[in-house]
Amino acid sequence: MADRFPSPFEITTPPGAEGWEKLYRYSSLFSDDRREYEDSQFWFRDGVHWPEVVTPWDATIYEYAIASLSQYNTRHYVIPPALGVDFRILNGYTYLTPVGVTNPAEIEARVPHFLERAGYYFVNWDRLYDAWLVKIRALVQEMTAIPVEALPEREPIEVITDGVGTGSGYTLQESYHRLCDLALKLWQYHFEFLNLGYAAYLDFFGFCKQAFPAIPDLAIAKMVAGVEVDLFRPDEELKKLARLAVSSGVAAAFGQSSPEAVRDTLRTSDAGKAWLAQWDESCEPWFNFSSGSGFYHSDRVWIENVDIPFGFIRDYIARLQEGEDLARPIAAIHAERDRIVAEYRDLLGSDEDRAAFDGKLALSRTVFPYVENHNFYVEHWAHSVMWRKMRAFGEAFVKAGFFTEADDIFLLGQDEVPAALFDMYHAWSVGVEPRGGKYWGPEIARRKGILDALRSWSAPPALGRPPEVVTEPFTVMLWGITSDSVANWLRSSEGSADGSLSGFAASPGSVEGPARVILAADQIGEVQPGEILVAPLTAPSWAPIFGKILATVTDVGGMMSHAAIVCREYGLPAVTGTAFGTAQIKTGQRIRVDGNNGTVTPIG
Amino acid sequence: MTAQSDTAARARRQNLVWFDHFDSVEKACLGGKSASLGEMAGAGLPVPPGFAITTHAFRAARDGSGVIDAIRAELDGLDPGDTADVSRRAMAVRELIMSWRMPPEIEAEIRGAYRALSDRTGRKRVAVAVRSSATCEDSPDASFAGEHDSYLWVRGDDSVLEAVRRCWASLFTDRAVSYRVQMGYSHLDVEMCVAVQKMVKPRSAGVAFTLNPGNGDRSAIAIDSAWGFGEGVVSGDVTPDNFLVDKVMSLITQRTVSAKQHAYRLGDDDQVRRVELGPGQATAPSLTDAEILAVARLARAAEKHYGCPQDVEWALDGELPDGENVVLLQARPETVWSKKKITVSAGLDPMASIVATLARPLHARKP
Repeated sequence: MADRFPSPFEITTPPGAEGWEKLYRYSSLFSDDRREYEDSQFWFRDGVHWPEVVTPWDATIYEYAIASLSQYNTRHYVIPPALGVDFRILNGYTYLTPVGVTNPAEIEARVPHFLERAGYYFVNWDRLYDAWLVKIRALVQEMTAIPVEALPEREPIEVITDGVGTGSGYTLQESYHRLCDLALKLWQYHFEFLNLGYAAYLDFFGFCKQAFPAIPDLAIAKMVAGVEVDLFRPDEELKKLARLAVSSGVAAAFGQSSPEAVRDTLRTSDAGKAWLAQWDESCEPWFNFSSGSGFYHSDRVWIENVDIPFGFIRDYIARLQEGEDLARPIAAIHAERDRIVAEYRDLLGSDEDRAAFDGKLALSRTVFPYVENHNFYVEHWAHSVMWRKMRAFGEAFVKAGFFTEADDIFLLGQDEVPAALFDMYHAWSVGVEPRGGKYWGPEIARRKGILDALRSWSAPPALGRPPEVVTEPFTVMLWGITSDSVANWLRSSEGSADGSLSGFAASPGSVEGPARVILAADQIGEVQPGEILVAPLTAPSWAPIFGKILATVTDVGGMMSHAAIVCREYGLPAVTGTAFGTAQIKTGQRIRVDGNNGTVTPIG
Repeated sequence: MTAQSDTAARARRQNLVWFDHFDSVEKACLGGKSASLGEMAGAGLPVPPGFAITTHAFRAARDGSGVIDAIRAELDGLDPGDTADVSRRAMAVRELIMSWRMPPEIEAEIRGAYRALSDRTGRKRVAVAVRSSATCEDSPDASFAGEHDSYLWVRGDDSVLEAVRRCWASLFTDRAVSYRVQMGYSHLDVEMCVAVQKMVKPRSAGVAFTLNPGNGDRSAIAIDSAWGFGEGVVSGDVTPDNFLVDKVMSLITQRTVSAKQHAYRLGDDDQVRRVELGPGQATAPSLTDAEILAVARLARAAEKHYGCPQDVEWALDGELPDGENVVLLQARPETVWSKKKITVSAGLDPMASIVATLARPLHARKP
C-alpha cells in the first residue's frame, strides 16, 4: 500500500485546461511561494460539499464557507486544539487541510477562552437559536429585496421628482456588493452554531463508544436525531399535496406531463384552484429546495423547475391510488428511539455513567435541531434566492450584449463581476457600446472549454502525506474522515482484487440488485423501482425516490450524511463514503450492498 | 369455584404436560427438573421440545397397581447401614414397580405424545432423553439430584414407556432409599414426574455470553460457535467462530470465522466422536446471519428471564425446522464482569468532557 498521495505540486494540468489558475482567486491556489507550508500539510478533497468542478463564481461560496468555519474555530470560540481549515482549488476541485494547534502550552492557554465562549452558547443555546432563526429569515428577506434590474434607456421621472441623486447604474453595482456581503454574512451565520453542535454530538458519541465499544454508529445517531425535522418538510409538503389531489378529485390533471398543462387544467375547477392555493403556500419557503447540495448554481431549485416537484407528486398520487400509506410512522419512530435510549441507559455500569449519559444526550438533542435544520435555511432557501439574484445580474448582462445566457455570469470570478458591471455602467452612462460584448463572448467560450477539460480529470481523494492518525476534530466531525478512511483510499487507489468497495455501514440490511449510477441531480428521473442507487452523494430533495430503490451507495459522507439518515428512515441498506462507488460501478451491474458491514460487492 | 382453582384442579388431573404449554399452576405435579424446563419454555426460552409425564400419572399407575402395601412391607424396618440388605430390598421394590400395569389411557397418551414429538421433528422415531424429575413435599428437590435415573438416545414408543417405568422405579435406587431413611422421609411421600425431551442433534453449537467477555461491554452478546456438538467449544479444543451482536439494535457488529479443524458428531452407536473436517467446512461460518441473531435473541431472553448477565450453552438442532431450531441447553449467571462496577464517565463536567473530546476525538470507525 502506498503511504502517501501525490503532492499538489506533482499534479499536472489536464490537456485543454491550460490557464485554469486565472479563473480563481490567487489566494486559493497552490503556489511555489508557499510550497514549504503547502507540502507539509495533508489535503483532502471536499467531495461531501463540492463533488464536481466549481465554476469561478461558485468558488466564492466555497471560499466564504470555509473561511467562516475557520473564523469561528480560530477567532470566536478559540477551539483549544484547532485553528481553521485552509482551502485551495486545484484543477477546479476543492481541497482542504485542517490546521491544528500543536504546542501543548498554547492549547492549554486556549482552554479558558473556549470554556467561557462555547460554554455561553451551550448554556443559552435555545435562546440564541431562536434569535438565529429571526436573523436568518431577515437575511433572506433582505436578499430577496435587493433590486437587480437591467439598466433603463433613461431614469424614471421619480428619480428626478424625488431628488434621489443617484442612478440605476450605481444601484446595480451597489446591489451586487450587497448580495456578496449578504452571502458572506449568511455563511457567518451558518457557522455560528455548527461546530459547537458537532462538538457536543461528538462528545456523546465518544462516551457511547467508551461505554459500549462495539455500539453501531447508527444507534448513536438514532438516539440523537430528531424525528420531525425541517429536512423532511419539503417531502412532507409533496405528500400533503398528493393527498389533497386525490381527496379533492383533481388527481387526473397530473396525467399530463407538462406542469403548465396540469396548472391550466387545475385552474378550471374550484377544487383545482384550492389545490393551487395550497401549492403556493407550500412553495414558500419549502420548495426553495435544491435538487442538489445547493452549493452549485446549476443545482435545480424546485420552485423554478416545477417539473421536479410535479413529477414527485405524480409518483405519490400513483402510490396513494395503489393504496399505499405514505405517512411516516411518527409514533413508531418515537417509540423506537425511546426504546434504544432506555435499553442502552439500563446497560450502563453505574449511576454516575447514567447521569453523564443523560447530560450528554440532552445537550446533543439541544444542539441537534440546528445541525439538522440549518441546511434548509442556508444551502436551500437562502442559496436559492442568491442564485436567483445572480441570474438576474446575468440577464442584465445578456441585455447589454455581454453574455449569450444568464448563467454565463458564473464563469466570472467574484472580483471580475464588478469590473464587468463598471464596463456596462461606463458605456451606459456615456451612451456608447461597452467593451464587454466583444471581450466576454470569446472569453466565456474559452473558459467553458477549460472547465470541460477540468471535468474530465479524475481528482484524487487526497494530496500529500497523511498523518499517522487523523485526530483533528473537524476533519473527523464535519467530513467523517478518519485514519481508516484514509487507509482505505490508499488501498482503493490500487484497486481491490474482486472490485469490492468498503465504506461506512450507515444503515443496516443486506440486499442484491441492479445498480443505477447517478452522477447529477437531473438524472434522478432515470432511477427505476428495484434498483440500487449509486451516487456521489444524495440530497434532501431526492427523498421521493427512496420509496422505490433497494439500497444506496455513496462516494462521500458518513453516518450522519443525508443518504444515511434517509435510508435508516426508510429501512434501506446504505453504505456511504466508498470513495470510488460511482467510478467503479456501472449502471445495470448487479451488486450486493451490505449495510451491516459497510461493503459493496459486484456479483456475477 | 373460581376460574383459577378450576384450572389448578384440572392441572392436577393432567397426565401429560408439554413444556411449551406450561402453566405455573402445573408446577406442583412436575417435579423440579420438569418445572424448570416448563418455566423456561414459558418465558420464551427455547428449550428442546418435549413433555412431562406428571406425578398424577405416576400416582394413577401406582395406586392402580395395588402394590403399595407390598412396597411398604418390603422396606419396613430397613437398616441403612446394611448396604447388602438395602440393595436387595430396593431391587425388589424396583421389580415391583416395573411390573406395574400402566393404565391404558396413560400409556396411549404417552405413545401419542411421543408420535407428536416425532412428527414435529420430521423423524419417525425421534431420539429422546427420558429423565427423572422427582418431587417431595418435605425436601428441596436439589437434595435428590443424581439419585434417580436418566436415559439418553431412547427411540420408539415402546422404549420410551420402558424408560418411563425405569424412571419411576429409580425412586427406589439404593442411594435414594438409604437417603430417605437417613433423613427420616417417608418412602411413599415422594413422587416421580418424568421428562421426555428431544435429544439435540446439533448442526452447530456453542456458548453465548450476554456481555463481551473481553471488555465487559454489556451491550454486546458474544457468541462462540463450531460445527456439531458444543464439546469442542466448551473444552477449548476447537477454535470457534466468534460473533458479536449488539443487543439493543440486534445488529451483528463483528464476526471472526476461524478454521475449525474438527467437530464433535454423533456416531451410529449414539456416542459423540471427534471427526476431522475438510477445508471447505472448516473455514465456512458455522452460523448464518439469521441464526446468529436467533442465538443472540435466546441469550438475551435468558438474561431478561434471570435478571442478570448469563453464560448460556446453545445448539442449533439440525432436526428441527427453521425458526425453532436454536435451542437453549443450559444457562448460568456470568460471574466475572457482573461483579465489577464499570464507570467510564471519569467525573468530568460537561465542558471539560467536550474539551477532552476535541483534543482526542474518537473516530467514527468503520466496523
